[in-house]
Amino acid sequence: MAKNKPAPIEIKAFADHHVITQPNPLRKVLRRMAETDLDDPVARAEKALAGLSGEFKTWMIVETDRLAAAHAAALKEGFTKATSEELFRAAHDIKGDAATFGYPSAGIAAESLCRIIEHAPDLGKVPAELINHHINAIEAIVRERTKLDTVATSNALSRRLRGITDEYLTHANRDRPEHLEAILAPSIVPTE
Amino acid sequence: MFRIDFNKLRFLVCDDNPHMRRILRTLLHSFGAREVYEAEDGATALEMYTHYIPDIVITDWSMPIFDGLELSQMIRQPESKGNPFAPIIMLTAHSEKRRVTVARDAGVTEFLAKPISAKALYQRIMNVVANPRPFIKTKTYFGPDRRRNTAAYIGPERRVGGEMEVLQQPSLLDKARSAI
Repeated sequence: MAKNKPAPIEIKAFADHHVITQPNPLRKVLRRMAETDLDDPVARAEKALAGLSGEFKTWMIVETDRLAAAHAAALKEGFTKATSEELFRAAHDIKGDAATFGYPSAGIAAESLCRIIEHAPDLGKVPAELINHHINAIEAIVRERTKLDTVATSNALSRRLRGITDEYLTHANRDRPEHLEAILAPSIVPTE
Repeated sequence: MFRIDFNKLRFLVCDDNPHMRRILRTLLHSFGAREVYEAEDGATALEMYTHYIPDIVITDWSMPIFDGLELSQMIRQPESKGNPFAPIIMLTAHSEKRRVTVARDAGVTEFLAKPISAKALYQRIMNVVANPRPFIKTKTYFGPDRRRNTAAYIGPERRVGGEMEVLQQPSLLDKARSAI
């Protein structure tokens, strides 16, 4: 959509690679801002996001129901490729969305569940209670979100689950160094 | 200080989660974008990419059947029908460093770990608009230069050979230019 006339592309050839420099096709969408311009697109977007927040609880319930359904399917059919993948995707979506929707503790518990699914050598041998507790915790955090006194409890619950998960995964992967490295590596998500 | 004219940009958003698509659409429209196309899987996104020729692609990683990583690899085909140079922002709940490396090696331009924020998204878009990196083509890679700061690069030197010549522009690049 950015309307630019085609400009020459420079290609330099080296022994084992080419470096292709394309004049910036998006340069024309940049404009210098006047000092008097007080418009703040980020603030505008944050305000619009806040306008959506009335729907976040409903969205979280939809995500949580999907997780519970995926878990029920896994219990019924066993941890097949399909049921495991759907359980992972449901947990992974909560991991990514929950903090945006105002449920950071649910996100921490979902991340812990993702780690189990991703790094357990055999999902069928993971203690059923460990997975059940994650599902129950996420459901409880979403249901009880409106009570202010539950925030600290939710945080403590999620972090405890994560601690138990890490302990289990570290032990279960003691002979799988590539998984151990991934389990112990720090997250790149900013903590601010 | 520079500002982006978002109303001149065309976005393609690919995420299987409808809530996240709604969030992204809201953010992009609030920034000023008017053209935001949405796909719920990689295959649809690839079709839309060829059809709408977006300026910037924002894609999730984890999606059923055809994920965001495969979408990036398909876009970064130098012989492909569409523009292989479009900036790709990978927006994902994956938060491990090794994932960043895998995404980078698939030709992803910017990596943005969820949870999403308006500020972080704006910064990534500003970066791909204002500071595009040259593309590197090797036998196994085609995509933005993975060395963001070549002057301070201290990793193993895998690139060999001095400068040989400037090649004529091949036809695939003509196609890419005419698509812009």
